[in-house]
Amino acid sequence: MKTNFDFDNIPETSWCPGCGNFAILKVLKEALDELNIDPQKLVISAGIGQAAKISQYINSNCFNGLHGRALPVATGIKTSNPDLVVVAEGGDGDMYGEGGNHFIHAIRRNIDIINIVHNNMVYGLTLGQASPTSRKGSKTTLQLDGVFLESFNPIAVAISLNASFVARAFSGDMKQLKKILKEAVNHKGYALVDVFHPCVSFNKINTFKWFKDNTYYVDESYDNTDKMAALEKAFETDKFPLGIIYKNGKNKTFSENLKAYKNDKRPLYQREVNPEEVEKLLSF
Amino acid sequence: MKNDISIVLSGEAGQGIKTVELLIIRALKNSGYNVFSTTELMSRVRGGNNTTEIRVSNKKVQAFVDRIDILIVLSKNAISRIENRLIKDSIIIGQNSVIEEKYKNGGYKIKDVDMGSLAKEVGGIIYSNAIVYGLIAGIFNIDLNLIKEYITNHFSTKGKIIIENNISAVIKGYEKGNELNLEIQIKKDDKAKNQIILSGTESIGIGALAGGCDFITAYPMSPSTGVIHFLAKHSEEYGVVVEQAEDEISAINMIQGAWYAGARAMTTTSGGGFALMEEGISNAAITEVPIVIHLAQRPAPSTGLPTRTEQGDLNLALYAGHGEFPRIIFAPGNFTDGICLTQKAFNLADKYQVPVIILTDQFYIDSYQSIKSIDFSDFEVENYITKTDKDYKRYKITEDGISPRGIPMHGDGFVRFDSHEHDESGFITEDFDIRKKMVDKRLKKLESYSKESIDAEIIGSKNYKTLIVGWGSTYGVIKEVIQELNDDDLAFAYFKQVYPLPNNTKEILSKAKKLIIIENNATSQFGQLIKRYTGMEFTKRILKYNGMPFSIEEIIEKLNGIK
Ligand SMILES: Cc1ncc(C[n+]2csc(CCOP(=O)(O)OP(=O)(O)O)c2C)c(N)n1
Ligand code: SF4
Ligand SMILES: [Mg+2]
Repeated sequence: MKTNFDFDNIPETSWCPGCGNFAILKVLKEALDELNIDPQKLVISAGIGQAAKISQYINSNCFNGLHGRALPVATGIKTSNPDLVVVAEGGDGDMYGEGGNHFIHAIRRNIDIINIVHNNMVYGLTLGQASPTSRKGSKTTLQLDGVFLESFNPIAVAISLNASFVARAFSGDMKQLKKILKEAVNHKGYALVDVFHPCVSFNKINTFKWFKDNTYYVDESYDNTDKMAALEKAFETDKFPLGIIYKNGKNKTFSENLKAYKNDKRPLYQREVNPEEVEKLLSF
Repeated sequence: MKNDISIVLSGEAGQGIKTVELLIIRALKNSGYNVFSTTELMSRVRGGNNTTEIRVSNKKVQAFVDRIDILIVLSKNAISRIENRLIKDSIIIGQNSVIEEKYKNGGYKIKDVDMGSLAKEVGGIIYSNAIVYGLIAGIFNIDLNLIKEYITNHFSTKGKIIIENNISAVIKGYEKGNELNLEIQIKKDDKAKNQIILSGTESIGIGALAGGCDFITAYPMSPSTGVIHFLAKHSEEYGVVVEQAEDEISAINMIQGAWYAGARAMTTTSGGGFALMEEGISNAAITEVPIVIHLAQRPAPSTGLPTRTEQGDLNLALYAGHGEFPRIIFAPGNFTDGICLTQKAFNLADKYQVPVIILTDQFYIDSYQSIKSIDFSDFEVENYITKTDKDYKRYKITEDGISPRGIPMHGDGFVRFDSHEHDESGFITEDFDIRKKMVDKRLKKLESYSKESIDAEIIGSKNYKTLIVGWGSTYGVIKEVIQELNDDDLAFAYFKQVYPLPNNTKEILSKAKKLIIIENNATSQFGQLIKRYTGMEFTKRILKYNGMPFSIEEIIEKLNGIK
């Protein structure tokens, strides 16, 4: 199915055949389309990595900046024009490694964006080193004896920072992935969607089958507004829970808290500036 | 006494000397005196020894002098660090017990004023500042009503009792100041009254607002932080987004997102923070997103001297960021230029889509001086955003290198910025031919800008044989020296644009027989830059890098042997 976000001529991707990124791209475009998001209003702020190349393959606005810096760029974009739908997207190395500090503070700001992290538990683009989410014991092209560092738990970190929406999905289940992405787009406030996906070239441990065998969906009875219950879920790692793990009623977004938007709701570019009004500051 | 007096307040951090400084310079200015003040601080929140120099004169003053005419001692151990600045006629005012014996016998005029006890009579030691404020006002015989009015305004939110006590303290101090009978007879200058006093920090903040700045984010670092504090104060009125970033890397990337979506954004930082921004600056260069950075220098490497001054980061600003790309660097030396150049920085960043860096330093940022009023109706906020059409190409190759910049939701096109080498539409490319064209296009923008480059200014004799070159915050001291020496053979070339080098650089330099450069650094970074671009060498370099600004006496002495 062709969406509003497809190019007339489908660009050649630089992904390996069988990579989970294809599914994420397809589902994201469909989700945005089904939600009737106007491509003119969408901006993808991406970092650098295999995952971050996704901005190249979506027909809309994009800022494909530096490795690790998609979140501050997205924050600047959304804050300057709150009418835009802003997605900050990249890999696990991009968001949790190089950009780790921004990850923490984007959540604290409750900036109204969708933060999609393609989590393949490896550095794809740089040919197979460990990522922050690599599991202990994983042997890589660089960690020859296996990773012995603790693995980063983005879900637990996000919940502990009281992120307003925290979800985990799997690229192998496109139906659920789409449902989760749609909820994330509709959510007002910061929304994290960590998407497990296999890297067929560099991660021979966490394969499609491995993700399938080591995940399960939270069921209907699970109350995702209960923070402590959500934290407990987040710490389950023998089988990873999928779905919307945590959601809270925090409703004031970053922009809504700013004085710049107190008396004027227009995006910054629509406001006129009169330098003469500044003259009175020189009254001392 | 003479027509140019320097008063130094010497005390500990945390004593509130700043409040006295702010109140008294305003009162002096509005009484018809020219004033300048500068503070040198130790890097600590309490204790140590800090001094503030206030110059009062019948003519415009804008530099630091070594000489102390009146020293007001506010704590123990407040003299020794500055004793070599005392002169034969220095007057030392303070409580007997805090002035060490050797100074009492040093030939200075000692005035025993127990400011602490006077404050206690009013209600407590916290009123000491009001006593000192009153004391200086009394020395200069300033209209007492004016003095009372300012202190009332200053404490307006603090309640009736506090205000009344402060007024009583001011009066006590004032009477003491009168009694000292120092017979100050500085000629008043009617023009001084109509001038405006501001700090270096305010000059950058006001310039930014006048340039249409509506977004600032920064990570705190002395001496640059005042600028974001200033904009935070005015955030609601002028609609400025103000955010404390989690680090400088975030700040430099956030302002790029902001410009991308149509804001006029800046960040403010010092050397260490700027170093963290380097990759971001390079990103702005290839994505061609405008950015404005205020870099307030302090002595480095690394943490260096956090509260002191230096012009040591010119090379950092010049070469920051990997790859080859254009940039514009301004270095205002007075606050009129601070306002005007910061205002202009936003227009130029927008027009040429290049990083514009405003280089100041601690001395510039933390001093106060009066300037003539500025006509803000001359300022224009130039907006270069284009409405896009369906086949909008973000990186269209053009004659002058400037591709019209669209923003999302403004027109029918998509706005695609990319940090990889890209084609005209903003898609990743590895085509060698396009790569070369894009490099050329970006570099071309500097050539285009050069047509409106800001010339260096000549101050002093038009028929100079000796030319002193300076940039940024040494402006005040060199200018005062030139005026004082009043030598037909001598002039000062003031560079407020340090990169690209102004178009008149070679011409003004080659007119001189002797070239002298003055810089507040150890390696003459600007001198080296000039040599690189013009081949010209300086016969003499006057350099200072102990963390303090140049004083007038120092420059005169150094020039004496070599002119
Ligand atoms: C400052 C900087 N450091 C390092 C790199 C090299 N680099 C590019 S992508 C990447 C990691 C990619 O891993 P991830 O973000 O997980 O993305 P993936 O390729 O796995 O999708 C690295 C280290 C870079 N581009 N910039
Ligand atoms: S390296 Fe891995 S993540 Fe990257 S495209 Fe190939 S399979 Fe996908
Ligand atoms: Mg990865």
